[in-house]
Amino acid sequence: MDAFLMQYIDPYYLRILVLIGINIILALGLNITTGVTGQLSMGHAGFMSLGAYTSAILSLQFAAPFWAALLCGALVAAFFGFLIGIPTLRLEGDYLAMVTIGFAEIVRVFFLNFEPGGKAVGLSGIPQNTTFGIVLLLVIIVIFFNARLLKSRLGRSMYAIRENEIAAEACGVNITRIKVLAFTIGAFLGGLGGALYAHYMFFIRPQDFAFMQSIELLNMVILGGMGSIPGTILGAIILTIAPELLRIVAEYRLLFYGALLVLLMIFRPNGLLGDVRIYDLRKRWMNKEVGA
Amino acid sequence: MLELKHISQEFGGLRALDEVNLIVNEGQIYGLIGPNGAGKTTLFNIITGIYQPTEGGVYFQGQKIDGNPPHQVARMGIGRTFQNIRLFAKLSVLDNVRVGSHAVTQAGLFGSILGLPVVRREEKQILHKSQTLLEMVGLQDKRWEYAENLSYGEQRRLEIARALALQPTLLLLDEPAAGMNATEKQELMSLIYYIQKEMKLTILLVEHDMNLVMSICERIAVLDYGRKIADGSPEQIKNDERVIQSYLGAPA
Amino acid sequence: MFLEQLLNGITLGSTYALIALGYTMVYGIIQLINFAHGEVYMIGAFVGLFLVAMGANIFLALLGAMLFCMLLGMTIERVAYRPLRGKSSRLSALISAIGVSIFLSTLMALLAQTNTRSYPEVISNRTFNLGSLELSVLQISILAVAAILMIGLQLMIQHTRLGKAMRASSQDLDASYLMGINVNRIISATFAIGSALAAAGGVMVGVYYHAVWPYMGMMAGLKAFAAAILGGIGSIPGAMVGGITLGVLEIMGVAYISPSYKDAIAFGILIIVLLIRPQGLFGKKIVKKV
Repeated sequence: MDAFLMQYIDPYYLRILVLIGINIILALGLNITTGVTGQLSMGHAGFMSLGAYTSAILSLQFAAPFWAALLCGALVAAFFGFLIGIPTLRLEGDYLAMVTIGFAEIVRVFFLNFEPGGKAVGLSGIPQNTTFGIVLLLVIIVIFFNARLLKSRLGRSMYAIRENEIAAEACGVNITRIKVLAFTIGAFLGGLGGALYAHYMFFIRPQDFAFMQSIELLNMVILGGMGSIPGTILGAIILTIAPELLRIVAEYRLLFYGALLVLLMIFRPNGLLGDVRIYDLRKRWMNKEVGA
Repeated sequence: MLELKHISQEFGGLRALDEVNLIVNEGQIYGLIGPNGAGKTTLFNIITGIYQPTEGGVYFQGQKIDGNPPHQVARMGIGRTFQNIRLFAKLSVLDNVRVGSHAVTQAGLFGSILGLPVVRREEKQILHKSQTLLEMVGLQDKRWEYAENLSYGEQRRLEIARALALQPTLLLLDEPAAGMNATEKQELMSLIYYIQKEMKLTILLVEHDMNLVMSICERIAVLDYGRKIADGSPEQIKNDERVIQSYLGAPA
Repeated sequence: MFLEQLLNGITLGSTYALIALGYTMVYGIIQLINFAHGEVYMIGAFVGLFLVAMGANIFLALLGAMLFCMLLGMTIERVAYRPLRGKSSRLSALISAIGVSIFLSTLMALLAQTNTRSYPEVISNRTFNLGSLELSVLQISILAVAAILMIGLQLMIQHTRLGKAMRASSQDLDASYLMGINVNRIISATFAIGSALAAAGGVMVGVYYHAVWPYMGMMAGLKAFAAAILGGIGSIPGAMVGGITLGVLEIMGVAYISPSYKDAIAFGILIIVLLIRPQGLFGKKIVKKV
């Protein structure tokens, strides 16, 4: 598929499309933890890192098939997501955020000293198995399952926890279980995104998954509108393209990026799609139906 | 059906409840009254497992339930509303009620994302039941609104619908009429009557509006400074010396 | 050896504490993790260096950096946080703070041209022995300045009108407003004081390690935030103790475990502490209100 597309699309644009796809998967994972369930996670890159390294080592050392490397990467990340979810039993808000930051930093330092991971030099020569076709397929699957989850019984209880924990408990929601579940699913997608990233970039280093990467993913979720799938997708698209568009301003790129974040928050404090309600759209549609 | 035995609750040396005993029988509408700070809401929080009583025990259908976390208490069939309304503000009215049915539904992760027939059937039932409840409290037309956009009285009714979605056998209402006007209160009273009859519920309610309490409750307990100073029928309470002295005030 | 490491740890920790104070004070009043705070510290270090290079005495340079960052802190609050206040979730304010942080570090990287700049030796590195302990003039100066600033802050908070208003605002911002406290001014003052302390920390780190670079704010900011959380965010004594504890633990970890795990040790300890005491060392336990 990629070879076919390459005839029509400039490889540079194809590359941006692939990165957008990977970021959508990563951001949708974080959206479940932070956007939907309201548990501020500032260490999503840690899960990405675990997925990337696990899958890369499996590919390089054990010549594992691509799908197996992806799955293992995602599962290892999910396991750590499960572990990180457990402190949420006791911690709230910014204390939890600190634990997630600490976790991601520990993961980074671990890989900096991890012999099979190439230490600070990282790993190179990872087979470039991630193609546009595969990313597109996975993005569609992830969006589909995500949408199913969020409008299910479990998804509703996640939103309920974000809105009011005490009331959610009074409705019989086992808060602890749902929070751990949200972390685990978020981490699974983080690991999947990381594994795709590793098999696209050819080359990974610990600092690819540093604090700034976590923050960029968080930006995508908040910018688009917390808890909204279309919002998160839009956030991922904009924040992947923005740095590319800002290349014309060369070294001033990040200066504009920073200013852009401030301005967006001042003028759209609830995120780009935070005020656009699917309910409103549905209501309008329902009314029309009634009228007709 | 619900029995509180010698409940005491201390907050850092402050005794909020002192040796409170209470028996609510099946099918009763039971009123709990008393001045602000008497410990009424604290008692609700103890029954629903938010607080663990310092002393004493809570028995529900003969079973000791204190020490269970709130979600388990809810699953045993105790639904509640909150004095300072706790809705899921940024969820639709319908979704608020749907969350309410969490305890009596099963769908798990894989069933949900795969959209298994069992799960779909359950979703249909949840939707149907939620709409019936919304119809009953008169909010069916507002089901796509955000909960936060409802009026005060509507929010109180939505909380009742959400609590009913749990299919409770015991319903705790914390000041359900607070902030309502006379018409709304009338409607609320008939609603409480209706759900009690229709769903064979036992209801324990905290309320300041004496008219409402006296006219719908079969039995009333009075709390004052954490102690129960009286309980009995509305007539008995109206004529109880201590109650008149400390709460109702001298008759005009 | 142990005592020396302890002293090194306390020196490093006192700079963390100075930065952590700004985090905790701002958080105490508006519940915002001011992510740009690390950048204020970095800019403080650069302004100090600039003034020293212009020939200023180190203490004048310190004051100059503090003054500059006061204005910077107030400007950041005015431009990036105040427009958001009251009409958005705390998370949007957080993203705005991250935006400011990226903006400032990039700006400094452009202005400074090179990556790392070295501080001249402005305080003699002469050492003398106290028993078996080797002390340097530099370390003592840093500890003295940090102590003076922290004691000064404590006196200010406890005894002045401004301090009282700040304490009231951190209890309940809305009630303070109703009591006639000009809340915007108090918030502005909080940013000013926190930023000045961070600038002092920046200059001291520059002098101590002889180097400043535009991206030094990120890790220092994270560590200081960790220190504030460790002490119990919102608590001023907590930030001081948390900073020093973190500094000592980090130096000890480097000395006795492994230098390559330096950052992981600090965060690992933090996580363990939080699991045991979820509200931090000095934080108040939050009772659930229903």
